[in-house]
Amino acid sequence: MFGNYILPILIIAGAGLLCGVVLVIASKFMAVKVDERYTKLRGALPGVNCGACGFSGCDQYAKALNEDPNVKTNLCVPGADAVSQEISTILGVEFADVEEQYAIVKCGGNCHVTEYIMEYEGPQTCEACNAFYQGRRQCSHACLGYGDCVAVCKYDAIHIVDGVAYVDKNKCVGCGMCAKKCPNALIQIIDARSHVYVGCSSHDKGAYTRKVCKAGCIGCRKCEKTCPSGAITVTDNLAAVDPSKCTNCGACVAECPTGAIKSHLPA
Amino acid sequence: MDTMKNLLVILITAILTNNFILNKFLGICPFLGVSKKLDSSVGMSVAVIFVMLMSTAVTWPIQIYLLDPYNLGYLQTVIFILIIAALVQLIETILKKFIPSLHQALGVYLPLITTNCAVLGVTILNITEKYSFGEAMVNSLGAGLGFMLAMVLFSGVRSRAESESIPACFKGMPITLVAASIVAVAFMGFSGVVDGLFK
Repeated sequence: MFGNYILPILIIAGAGLLCGVVLVIASKFMAVKVDERYTKLRGALPGVNCGACGFSGCDQYAKALNEDPNVKTNLCVPGADAVSQEISTILGVEFADVEEQYAIVKCGGNCHVTEYIMEYEGPQTCEACNAFYQGRRQCSHACLGYGDCVAVCKYDAIHIVDGVAYVDKNKCVGCGMCAKKCPNALIQIIDARSHVYVGCSSHDKGAYTRKVCKAGCIGCRKCEKTCPSGAITVTDNLAAVDPSKCTNCGACVAECPTGAIKSHLPA
Repeated sequence: MDTMKNLLVILITAILTNNFILNKFLGICPFLGVSKKLDSSVGMSVAVIFVMLMSTAVTWPIQIYLLDPYNLGYLQTVIFILIIAALVQLIETILKKFIPSLHQALGVYLPLITTNCAVLGVTILNITEKYSFGEAMVNSLGAGLGFMLAMVLFSGVRSRAESESIPACFKGMPITLVAASIVAVAFMGFSGVVDGLFK
């Protein structure tokens, strides 16, 4: 009776009890104190680990915020004002506005305006394709269209449309993950208040650019002359908009002969 | 000399011939789940080796000195699962306190191992093979190293498969399973090796 029924029960119950007691004791004596404020701060951050704040991840930013009062509360670009507000409340400091940003793609070479020069069959990533004779497009600066940027985006804000990356400004939070990933460095993070940008990265001479792509910047300087506030300069056959001077008037967009200057202005 | 040879045979058999993943098909879940990247597969394997050794060290005496004398062999599975789960939890707590860096590296994988059949498998096989304590420990080490070998090899295979243009219907899990079966077939080639080595 004892050996058949009670002993096994005792052994199982004893083992379970022993394990439980040991674990309880261990958790009591080996508890690692986690700062309550750190947990709250970490909870407030979005957890994308994009690195836009300048720290290597949300954990590190929360840690820095907790320990160093000089760390700014408005560094989280993806979280924008809501997160900044929350952090400020937790730390008991004044709310600081986040300068919102978004990504632009400096290439307009979609399948309607430029052509492929090869049937690429290697690894289906931009990085690999770019390493192979500078990619499959006629223009060596062009978007490779394999969507390395799409793969890293946590907000579903960037997509390949007609062979070129296209950013949905409403969804983009400006974390900059795609900009770091693009092997041709075509993606730039700019201030959300500037709506006009140059959708081309080619420094090739105008005639050559025109030959390989109908939507490239040919460096004709029409925009430079048109701009009322002197915000556009052409250097090395490529126009650039200075966001600090640009008034978003849109004159250059209308003037550009190839449509390389793009805008998010309401039409 | 004979014991050394015996231990070596057990070790190499456990790593190559009786590889836990590719021959016994134990621990397939982490094999398919964590083998995407090399560093995570190494982290998982190190954690598995660690837990296998620890759990063998605890479960072998329990079986021999507690269960066998009272003819309670049928409690083996229940007790072993209980012990392994508690042990993994304890190890996690200890690591968190004393070696935070190691905890950060292994932390994600430790709870996964709690219910890993490879760990339970090695402890039970040690008993059914009637190994002595030393042999059991060597067998666990071999099983863990074999686990690591399979994980590392397969993570290489997977990263190659990922960068190839695979037909859409094969993408993801199907090609992974096909590749796993081919790697397992390759490991069958080791079946005669141990006998040949120690003739």
